[in-house]
Amino acid sequence: MEILPSLVDGIYQALMPLNLALCVVGVVVGLFVGAMPGLGSVNGVAILLPFTFVIQDMTGSATSPMIFLAAIYYGAMYGGAISSITLGIPGASTAVATTFDGRPLALKGFAERALVTAAIASFIGATVANVFFTAFAPPLATVALKFGNPEIFALMLLAFSTFIGLGGDDIPKTIISIALGLVLATVGFDIITGEPRLQFGDPFDLFPATAGLIDTTGFSHGIRFLVLAIGVYGIGEMIWTINSTRGEVHMTEANVNFKSVMAAIRKFPEAWKGTTVGSFLGFFVGILPAAGATPGSLMAYGVTKMLSKDKDSFGKGNVNGVAAPEAANNSASTGAMLPMMTLGIPGSPTTAVLLAGMVIWGLQPGPLLFADQPDFVWPLIGSFYVSNLVAVLVNLAFIPVFLWMLRMPFTILAPMIFVLSVIGTYAAYQNMFDVWLMLLFGIGAYFLRILDYPLAPAVLAIVLGPIAEPTLRQSLLLSDGSFSIFFNRPIAGPITVIAIILIFLPLVSWVVKRARGK
Amino acid sequence: MSISLKKLATAGIMTLVALGVSSAAKAWEPTKPVDFVIMAGKGGGADKMARLMQAIVEKEDLSSRPLVPTNKSGGSGAEALVHMKGVTDPDHTIMVTLNSFFTTPLRQPGLDVDIMKFAPVGRMAEDTFLLWVNKKEGINSFDEFLAEAKKRGSGWVMGGTGKNSEDNIITDHLNTAYGLSIKYIPYKGGGAVAKDLAGEQIHSSVNNPSEALGFYESGDVIPLVAFTDERLPLFPDVPTLKETGSDFSYFMQRSVVGAPGMSDEALEYFSGLFTKVYESEDWQNYKSSKSLMGDFMAGSELASYWDVQRTRHESILKASGAIK
Amino acid sequence: MRRAELVTAVVLAFFSMYLMWKSGEGPSWDPDIARFDNIGFDETGTPGSGFWPFWLSLAMLLSCFWIMVNWWRRTSPPSQSTEPYMDSYSKRWLVYVGGGLFAFLGLIEWMGFYAAIFFFLIYYLRFLGKHAWRRTLLISVLTPVFCFFFFDVAMRIVLPKGITEPLFLPLYEIFL
Repeated sequence: MEILPSLVDGIYQALMPLNLALCVVGVVVGLFVGAMPGLGSVNGVAILLPFTFVIQDMTGSATSPMIFLAAIYYGAMYGGAISSITLGIPGASTAVATTFDGRPLALKGFAERALVTAAIASFIGATVANVFFTAFAPPLATVALKFGNPEIFALMLLAFSTFIGLGGDDIPKTIISIALGLVLATVGFDIITGEPRLQFGDPFDLFPATAGLIDTTGFSHGIRFLVLAIGVYGIGEMIWTINSTRGEVHMTEANVNFKSVMAAIRKFPEAWKGTTVGSFLGFFVGILPAAGATPGSLMAYGVTKMLSKDKDSFGKGNVNGVAAPEAANNSASTGAMLPMMTLGIPGSPTTAVLLAGMVIWGLQPGPLLFADQPDFVWPLIGSFYVSNLVAVLVNLAFIPVFLWMLRMPFTILAPMIFVLSVIGTYAAYQNMFDVWLMLLFGIGAYFLRILDYPLAPAVLAIVLGPIAEPTLRQSLLLSDGSFSIFFNRPIAGPITVIAIILIFLPLVSWVVKRARGK
Repeated sequence: MSISLKKLATAGIMTLVALGVSSAAKAWEPTKPVDFVIMAGKGGGADKMARLMQAIVEKEDLSSRPLVPTNKSGGSGAEALVHMKGVTDPDHTIMVTLNSFFTTPLRQPGLDVDIMKFAPVGRMAEDTFLLWVNKKEGINSFDEFLAEAKKRGSGWVMGGTGKNSEDNIITDHLNTAYGLSIKYIPYKGGGAVAKDLAGEQIHSSVNNPSEALGFYESGDVIPLVAFTDERLPLFPDVPTLKETGSDFSYFMQRSVVGAPGMSDEALEYFSGLFTKVYESEDWQNYKSSKSLMGDFMAGSELASYWDVQRTRHESILKASGAIK
Repeated sequence: MRRAELVTAVVLAFFSMYLMWKSGEGPSWDPDIARFDNIGFDETGTPGSGFWPFWLSLAMLLSCFWIMVNWWRRTSPPSQSTEPYMDSYSKRWLVYVGGGLFAFLGLIEWMGFYAAIFFFLIYYLRFLGKHAWRRTLLISVLTPVFCFFFFDVAMRIVLPKGITEPLFLPLYEIFL
């Protein structure tokens, strides 16, 4: 089958009035759901899944419902950047890296530049990914199959190596942050032995007298990323901001209008480097099953920083630091559709729900999907292009609305953020235990924040830990305990070696510097 | 402030009473959204089915109040069981279960959960298991599999979902019944197992048909034997383990249960609701296309099914040393 | 700030030791397995369930000692700082905001989300933000109403109502 005619036909199908309308509605819904801290694409997609059944009944095919869900997915990916930049709370793990530079930009009064950069970089990232997806989907699927547990663990090592540089200057505090995140990630149940692990009793299960006072069964589902992230950013960081500015926070300039948005669009080319790195890196990490968009956005940020001449400006409001993770997470989200559709394996919770949807509509995702179901696949791919375009336009149009929120007096904005943090944490898992835990993390994060403990590494470690630990142990189970499995496989080997070099490089240079300084 | 609150509360209670009176005349119906707990994470087999059931209820407009799915996957369902035990309104709380409904209370006696206290709403299906290998292994029958696995000893790797789970139980059975020493590697989900089998990262799996179907149709993996009582309509050429002479079959229940303490009226309502879901065209299509077995079962019939299953799992887990 | 740096490091050191101790816990159903049996490699060469958390907690503990050394040698910025860890403004606001949030969650457990949001916003806007009553009431009423329609009605995420549940039954009748 010829790719180009199929694609043109697919885009034409996606532009049919009903499909286009579903695209627009989906993108707008996704944008708002994604911008809400605590809610992400997964909530939007899961909640509207039953509704798609009705659409399918109306149109008789699975294409329109899938287009609708894919549009929500896209919209939410754009929306995630909005809460990262304007509120400083990453709504999803994929948007954590966006806060590193997006938030400082907003605090300096350049929120519109950050938002515009994020929107356009997202658009470019997703477009690059769409092109790759269109041209190479089936062959890339076989690459993804080559990634077993040792390869994924090697990839996680690589992701860790890029964020060692995020921590700032205080090495022991960075190590504490990473280690704490990784340890908290093991709370709950151990997959390999099936045994409960680190499930704290109350208050410290050291004193039998206090047993049973508090219901701690909430630890059995582990400590989720959002609980820590909303605590750190929505509570800890907010209290810190109130106290360090004496409550006088100015988030954005008084007059943001259409003109200043246009000006920000014209300045976008300054972020070309981050956008390029993010678009390509994001896609290739995204297609690997189990990795998903979070390591992709993180690695894109790390690599862009490494390639930049002006490393010190990262973390203080460099537009490339916004563009790289945003291009990467959108690119990776498209990439993650690839293993979902061609291998039937979800790379993220959202693609898991999309997969469930496809099964419900009577499709069989798998290696034969492209050959057997061209009527489904090509309009869907066409809709990726269309929703992406719709998403960037809608996003740019709404920027003044989001900025209007920032112009609210801080004594109104702050309680709103607190309310959103609390509802958002509850809404994510419908669990009050998580909300209390979120508050405790928030207060703890505030105390550490004053002493310059970097907390972003902990927040990211809690995402990567649950991927890294089981794959390490599954690999060693496979190799009877020999670590050579990470070195003597053709794909895992080189990745492991690069990761180890990158991890030890800063340590070595630090030691050398210290030795010379003496 | 407190006076007006009291007034509000009184007004609310009056409305409630009024509603209660008006609905007492009719049969019991939910008065608020129904908490639809899923004993597993998003995207797994149980989750897919729960969302399909919800979609059918929504599409056919079967319920006056929506079913609101919440995933409680912690601790192989421990979190969900504890949640169900402690709900304040058992009439509006139902749960989709799988076999961890039997095994988790056995493995974690500290939870203090008695599954016989749950309300038997309905068994929607029984999922089946097959033994799969990658086609490139060149194995075409169960006997060849036994020979090859025996030859490689612990070099033969089986992937499966979770430790002491359904997949693990079947693997243990193969090991003890045929004198094999297959190495079992636990994964987080069945999708990842199927993918690693297709990518030749592992040698065999005991996936449900719904998990392996994509790779089966593309010719990457082949089924060798079914752990059912009769051959599956979808795989007519695949023998059952019973045909090979071993008296062993194993299923995964897909049941809906009500919270302990659910009233008889509510139980009757939900049993009726899920009977309609079961009989719907969409559910029947799904059942046959994913090779699910088992007829609808409810009430005391379902309760005695649970009793049998619990006893069986207790002896299986004791035999494998997972409990004492 | 100097004292706080040391106190925090000591607290974190104790926390790491607790995590190490906790990581070594065996399965509850088998008391024969000794504590710390699971932190190394088992007979198949695979790390046990406590391996990952135990050694990472140890890394945390060592880093705490490293921070203490930096503190003693005055090489890290907080250990040189003469500024107070928290001045009176910060302490006051931490109590106002943190205390308010704890009370907020307590209210949620008792009277549900929507009533609790109303009271929390009144507390924050009127007493901390010093906004006029008109504005305070407007925002405090509109926010829960908007949230109800967004979460309960549109997103079908039913937030707990606590003792205010009966008030919502007619609303469910109309909107759900």
